[in-house]
Amino acid sequence: MVRTIEATRPISESIPTPPKIKVSLKINGDLKQLQIAPWTSLLDLLRDTLDLTGTKKGCDHGQCGACTVLVDGRRVNSCLTLAVMKDGSEVTTIEGLMADGKLHALQQAFIDHDAFQCGYCTPGQICSAAGLLAEGKAHTAEEIRELMSGNICRCGAYPNIVAAIQQAMSAMGGNS
Amino acid sequence: MINFQYARPNEVADAVRQIAADPRARFIAGGTNLLDLMKSDVEQPSRLIDISRLPLKSVEETPDGGLRIGALVPNTDLAYHPLVESRYPLLASAIMAGASQQLRNMASTGGNLMQRTRCYYFYDIATPCNKREPGSGCSAIEGLNRMHAILGTSESCIAVYPSDMSIALAALEATVRVMGPGGERTMAFADFHRLPGDTPERDNNLEPNEIITAIELPPQGFAKNHSYLKIRDRLSYAFALVSVAAALEMDGEAVKEARLALGGVAHKPWRVEAAEAALAGQPANEASFAKAADIVLSGAKGFEHNAFKIDLARRAIIRTLTQAANGTPQSQSSKKIR
Repeated sequence: MVRTIEATRPISESIPTPPKIKVSLKINGDLKQLQIAPWTSLLDLLRDTLDLTGTKKGCDHGQCGACTVLVDGRRVNSCLTLAVMKDGSEVTTIEGLMADGKLHALQQAFIDHDAFQCGYCTPGQICSAAGLLAEGKAHTAEEIRELMSGNICRCGAYPNIVAAIQQAMSAMGGNS
Repeated sequence: MINFQYARPNEVADAVRQIAADPRARFIAGGTNLLDLMKSDVEQPSRLIDISRLPLKSVEETPDGGLRIGALVPNTDLAYHPLVESRYPLLASAIMAGASQQLRNMASTGGNLMQRTRCYYFYDIATPCNKREPGSGCSAIEGLNRMHAILGTSESCIAVYPSDMSIALAALEATVRVMGPGGERTMAFADFHRLPGDTPERDNNLEPNEIITAIELPPQGFAKNHSYLKIRDRLSYAFALVSVAAALEMDGEAVKEARLALGGVAHKPWRVEAAEAALAGQPANEASFAKAADIVLSGAKGFEHNAFKIDLARRAIIRTLTQAANGTPQSQSSKKIR
């Protein structure tokens, strides 16, 4: 027997599709002029429109951190960000961290420390760590763990992730 | 998520005009809670009014020696602001106890006050919920209610208000400045959020056509003797089972003045002035703190899965007051509770 669950409230009729909105975004250094529907998340824009699939969709509810990117240098959850609201901003994704053909210190450190197993959370971990280094508030392993708590790793590579961030931190002149 | 229109006003007055013109419109600032609710179809706005660029982003000292915090100051910026760190460390600590750094970077001060409960049934549109659908019933009262309220509940709703920041703001006696079509008004923090009663659909006393413009802190910041202790299922990035904000003004070994507010236990930050009054003039010891805890929790009522919160809250109150009296506030990175 099939049991159906009825919503206590029917989902409202969607209103007619509004026109797409002109948005200009600098993504990994390239200026993009885009036409975006207002409900497009920054995550879906990156993955589906711009084919930048390094940024991952995990939970799509801001709980896992796989979608972390930098907007104007600050780490945010791109799944809970509407792209239209970031008109005029600079976005950096995992694809944009390399410079002059060299891996970012964090990318190299994640390889050196084997700081992943399946790798799905890794782009978010690295972008989040880049934001953490820019903030300059974490100095100890304990503080790194606390300020990285928005990035979940279901493989449990946390000790190696902390070690990788500490390596990048000293390589970039910070404390560790 | 349903389709919606998008607008981006440049002035506060224009934002108020736009919200007043469309009852199904919603303001969006950080979006960390609203977009999540929209993805679950709990919120189905016809129009999002993007207030994120309104000029409400400054933190300024007020003439009386207090602090005025613009409603759009991101949580991270507020927690790391030098004046907040030095004069209102209880507030900085409570902010850092909540969410993740990504979410704190996005979330605004005003939005934090407006965040809705994380009750599972409120989020699940397949279940009855009086807050989401008035009159449909409460699924939590006889359901999975481990995270739910133990104080100020009603037969309609046992949801908790999930903020950490607001618990500190309640203890610090902040005021909320709001703007509506008729101009600006201020509300005491204690009057902002509501108990569920028979209208759990209303979280707070902000009118639908009003916008929060600022939070103001009085001069007294309790910078020497304070602590924010948050007890949760994980060490980080989880909502409180119980949290306590304690702020003391000491006179040698005795308490001169006390502030005490609880999170994770009610539909609003829970503050009992009789408990604070009972501490005034008393020695700062476990017996005094236990007496205050008993006053705070005198009307507490547990449900099937959350009765443990009553004793947990009692012990957390005593511990937090001890930390505050000793001048050893709870660290939000070291999770060791001393």
